[in-house]
Amino acid sequence: MNLNALRAFVVKELHHILRDRQTLTVLLMMPLVQVILFGYALRSDVRDIRMAIVDPTPDNATLELQSRFLSTMRFRIVATGQSTDIIEPLFRRDKADVALVFDPDFASHLRGTEPARLLIAIDASDPNTGTTYLNYTRAVIQAYQAELSAGSNQVRIVTETRMRFNPTLESVNLFVPGLIALVLVLVSALMTAISLSREKERGTMEVLLVSPLRPQQIIVGKVLPYLVLAFANVLTALLAAWAVFHVPFRGSVVLLLLESILYTLVSLALGVLVAAKTASQRAAMLTAMLATMLPNALLSGMIFPIASMPRWLLPVTYVVPARWFIVIARGIMLKGVGLGILWRETLVLSAMALLLLVAAMRSFKPRME
Amino acid sequence: MQTLRYLLRKEFLQVFRDRMMVTQLLLMPIIQLLLLGNAATFEVKTSRMYVVDRDHSETSRGLIDRMQASRRFNVVGASPSMDVANDWMLRRKTDVILSIPADLERDIVRTRNGAIQLVLNAEDGAAAGVTQSYAAQIIGAYANELGAELMPKVSGHPIEVRARGWYNPDLDYRDYMVPGILVQLVTVVGTLMAAMNIVREKELGTLDQLSVTPLSQSTFMAAKLIPFWVIALVELTLGLLVARFVFHVPMLGSIALVFGAAAVYLIAALGIGLFISTLVDTQQQAMFVTFFIIMVYLLMSGLFTPVRSMPDWAQWMAQFNPVKHFIEIMRAVLLKGATPRDVARPIGILAVFGVVALTLAIREYGRRIG
Amino acid sequence: MTAAAQINGFAIDAQNLTRRFGSFIAVDHITFDVKTGEVFGFLGANGAGKTTAIKMLVGLLAPSEGVAHVAGFDVHSQREQIRRNIGYMSQRFSLYADLTVRENIRLYGGIYGLPPAHIEERTKLMLDTLGLATNADDLVGKLPLGWKQKLAFSVALLHEPKIVFLDEPTGGVDPITRRQFWELIYAAAARGTTVFVTTHYMDEAEYCDRISIMVDGKIAALGTPTELKERFGADSVDDVFVRLARGAKKGEAA
Repeated sequence: MNLNALRAFVVKELHHILRDRQTLTVLLMMPLVQVILFGYALRSDVRDIRMAIVDPTPDNATLELQSRFLSTMRFRIVATGQSTDIIEPLFRRDKADVALVFDPDFASHLRGTEPARLLIAIDASDPNTGTTYLNYTRAVIQAYQAELSAGSNQVRIVTETRMRFNPTLESVNLFVPGLIALVLVLVSALMTAISLSREKERGTMEVLLVSPLRPQQIIVGKVLPYLVLAFANVLTALLAAWAVFHVPFRGSVVLLLLESILYTLVSLALGVLVAAKTASQRAAMLTAMLATMLPNALLSGMIFPIASMPRWLLPVTYVVPARWFIVIARGIMLKGVGLGILWRETLVLSAMALLLLVAAMRSFKPRME
Repeated sequence: MQTLRYLLRKEFLQVFRDRMMVTQLLLMPIIQLLLLGNAATFEVKTSRMYVVDRDHSETSRGLIDRMQASRRFNVVGASPSMDVANDWMLRRKTDVILSIPADLERDIVRTRNGAIQLVLNAEDGAAAGVTQSYAAQIIGAYANELGAELMPKVSGHPIEVRARGWYNPDLDYRDYMVPGILVQLVTVVGTLMAAMNIVREKELGTLDQLSVTPLSQSTFMAAKLIPFWVIALVELTLGLLVARFVFHVPMLGSIALVFGAAAVYLIAALGIGLFISTLVDTQQQAMFVTFFIIMVYLLMSGLFTPVRSMPDWAQWMAQFNPVKHFIEIMRAVLLKGATPRDVARPIGILAVFGVVALTLAIREYGRRIG
Repeated sequence: MTAAAQINGFAIDAQNLTRRFGSFIAVDHITFDVKTGEVFGFLGANGAGKTTAIKMLVGLLAPSEGVAHVAGFDVHSQREQIRRNIGYMSQRFSLYADLTVRENIRLYGGIYGLPPAHIEERTKLMLDTLGLATNADDLVGKLPLGWKQKLAFSVALLHEPKIVFLDEPTGGVDPITRRQFWELIYAAAARGTTVFVTTHYMDEAEYCDRISIMVDGKIAALGTPTELKERFGADSVDDVFVRLARGAKKGEAA
C-alpha cells in the first residue's frame, strides 16, 4: 500500500473542502439548522379545532353543549347557522374542521325519552387529523352525557394507558432521531456524489486513475474527509437534540456515535456509487436527491409506521438505510438499550456499508478502452 | 420569437440527448409515487399484543377474545409476569401490553368499575396513538356489553351521536397523501433541473458565448423555463394517471383547474430554481442551496404533519412555501371538489411567487452578464 | 465621435481603458485603435491582461475607467448594438459539446436572427469549407480539438460580424491545424472582417497586420511587426517580446 500517496490525496481533498469556506459553512450549519427548525415545526398534535354549528332551534340545552366545547380551549366556533348548507363551503375553503349538527328536536328529546340526535361531520380529507378531530369531539359529548346520566348503572372499565419510552408522545422525541437520520444520509450521499462526479466531469478523475493510487485509495481518500465532516454534523445535531429539545439519552452515547459513523459510511458509499454510475454532475445529483430524500423520509418509519405499510412493501424498506438507523437511534435514545438488542440492525448496516463500498470500488476500476 | 424557437430546440435536444437522465426524469418519480403512495399511511392493521392476565376470569378472557376477534390485535404471548412482557417490548417483539389485575371481575360485579392497564410502545408515536384509540373502542364496547348483561333494562344513552367523515369516508390515507407526494416529486425534479441548468453553462463556458450575442435576457430566461415547465407538466400528468388508476384517488373537482394551478405553480417552482442558478457559481453550490430549500419546502409543506399543528412562527413561514399552497390546492380540488373561487387565494399567492422569482432571476442574470 | 470613428475607418478605438479588481489593476489605461479590415494581434504573457481587455471590448466586463468604441458603438452604453456587430470566440471552448455540429450552427444562426433558408445555406458552405460534411451529425464533443476550434471560429463568423474577437484560438492545437486556422483568419479578413486576436505564439504575431504587446496591464509596444523589429533591433517578434517581458513584474513568460 502506498500510504504517502494516500496521505497526499486525503490532504488534497481536505484542501478542497476547507478552501471553499462558503460551502463548508453551509455543510456544517445546514444539518444543525434543519434539525432545530424541523424539530420545532414538525408536530402532529391538534391544538386548534375550528367548529361550525348547525343549530336549527337554539335552546339552553344546545347552547350548553356548545359552551362545553368552548371551555376546552381546543375548540373554536367559527360559524353558526340554521341549515347544513353552511358546511360544504366552509370545508371546501378549509375554514372549518368539524361541524356539529343538532337535530331540530334535540332539546325537546333530551328532556323526553326519545334519543336526542346529533351529527358530527368532519373534514376527513386528512384521515389522520380527521380521526383526531372526531375523537376530541366525541370526548366532549361523552363527558356531557356522563354528567347527564350520572347515577345510572353503567359499567366502566378505566384504562390506565402508559406510553412507554415517550410518555407524553412528545413529537420532538419521535421526529428528532428520524430527522438526524434523514439529514445525515442526504448530506453525506450528496457530498460524495457531487465531489466525485465533479472530478469526472472536469477530467481530473482520469489523472487520478492513471496515478499510482489504487481505486480503493481514491475512494478512501474521497470518503475519509467527508466522514470527518459528517461526524461533526452528527455531534452538532445530537447536541441540539439534547440541549434544545431535551430528547432523552437513556443509552450509551458512545454506542450512538459509533452507530452514526457506520450509518454515515453507508450514506457516503451510496454517494460514491451514484457518482460512478452517472455521466454528469447533473445526473448524479438528481439521482442522489431522488434516491435519498423521499424514500428515507417515507420508507424509514420516521413519519409513517413501518407496521402500517402493506406487506409487499416491507422488503423495499429493508434497503433503506435510515430504516435501520432510526430503530437504533430510537432504541439508544428513548429505550436505553444496547447492542444486545440492536445487533441485528447494526449487522444490516455493516453489511450495507461493506457491500456499497466494494461496489463503489469496483465501479471505479480504471477501464481500458 | 423566432430566436426563442431555436433556443428551445437546443434545450430540448440537450435534455433528451442524455438518455439516462430522461429515463430518470420520467420514470423514477413514477416508481417512487407507486412505492411511497403505499407507504404513507398511519393506519395500523394489526398490532402485536402481549397479555398479562392475573385475573383469569370469564371477564378477562372475554376482553382478550374481543381484542383478538377485532383483528386489530394479535395476541403473540401471554404470561403472568410483567417483567417478561416488558422485555418483549424492549426487543420489539410486541407493540402493546394488556395487563389485567387479579380482581377485575370482582370489582366490576361489586362496584361496576374496573381498571386495567394498557402499555404501548411509544417509540413509534404515530402508531401508538392509533393503536390506543382502537383499544379504547374495543374496551368501551366491551364495557357496554357487560353493563347490558348485568342490568339489561338500563335506559339507553340520552344522546345518540352519529359521525360522518366527509370527502374520505373510508379514511383512506392514500387519497390524501398521493396528490401531495406527486407535488413533491414534480417539485424536486423541476427545481433541481432548473437550478443546475444556467450554472452548468456558466461552468462550461457557453454562457459567456451566449452573453456576447444580441440575445435578450427575457428570451434567454423563457428558453430556460419552458422545457422544464413542459417536462414537469408531463410528469404531473403521468402522476395523476397513476393516482387515478392505481390508487383510485377520487377526482371530484375540475382537472382543468388542477392543470391551471400547476401551470402557475411550476413557474414559481422553476423560477426559484433559475434564480438559484443565476446566483451561484458552481453546480455544487446550486445543488446545496436547492437541497436546503427543497428540504424546508418538503417538511414544512403540510405533506407529513399538518401545517396547523406547527407553532405560529412556522405557520407564518409556511405562507412563503409555494409547495404548501399547491398541495393545498391539489387536495382541495381533487378530494373536495373545490371551485376556482375556493382556491383563488392560494393560486394568487403562487402567481405572485412566480412573477417575483422570474423577475429576480432575469435581473440577477442581467447583472451577471454586465 | 461615433460617426467620426467610422469615418476614420477605426473598427475599435480605446482610450485609457482600465479595469480594476479590488486594488489589483488588470488593465491599466490602455489606448489603441484597430483599423477596419485589419488583423490586429494582441500579444502578452499569461496574466498580462489580454483576456480582461477583450472581455471589456465585447461587453462581458464593465470598464472601471476610460472609453472605447467597438464598431462605432460605446462599450458603456451601447452594448446591445455591439453584440449585433461582433463575433467572439472565448478561450474556453464555447460550443455545446452535447449538440451535433449542425445543431450548434443552427442554434447560433437562430440567435443572431438569420432566416432559416440562409442558415441552411451557410451551414452547407461552412461544412464544405471545413471538410466536416460527413461529420455534420456528430456530437461536437466527439470531434478532435483542432476541428472544434475551426468550427467555433466559423460559427463566430456565421452572422458576418464587422469585427471578430478571438481569445487564444489556437491554444493546444497542432502546427498544421494552426496553419489552416490562420488561412481561415485571412479569408475572413479578405472579406472585410476586422480580426482582433490574442495569442502567445510569437510566430503567429508575424501574420498580423499590426500587433500590440501588453506587459503588466499596459501596452508596451504597438506597430507593425516590421516596425517593432526595427525599433528594438530584433530579428523576430519573439525577441521583441522577450526583451519587453523581461522587465515585467507579474508576467511569467520571462
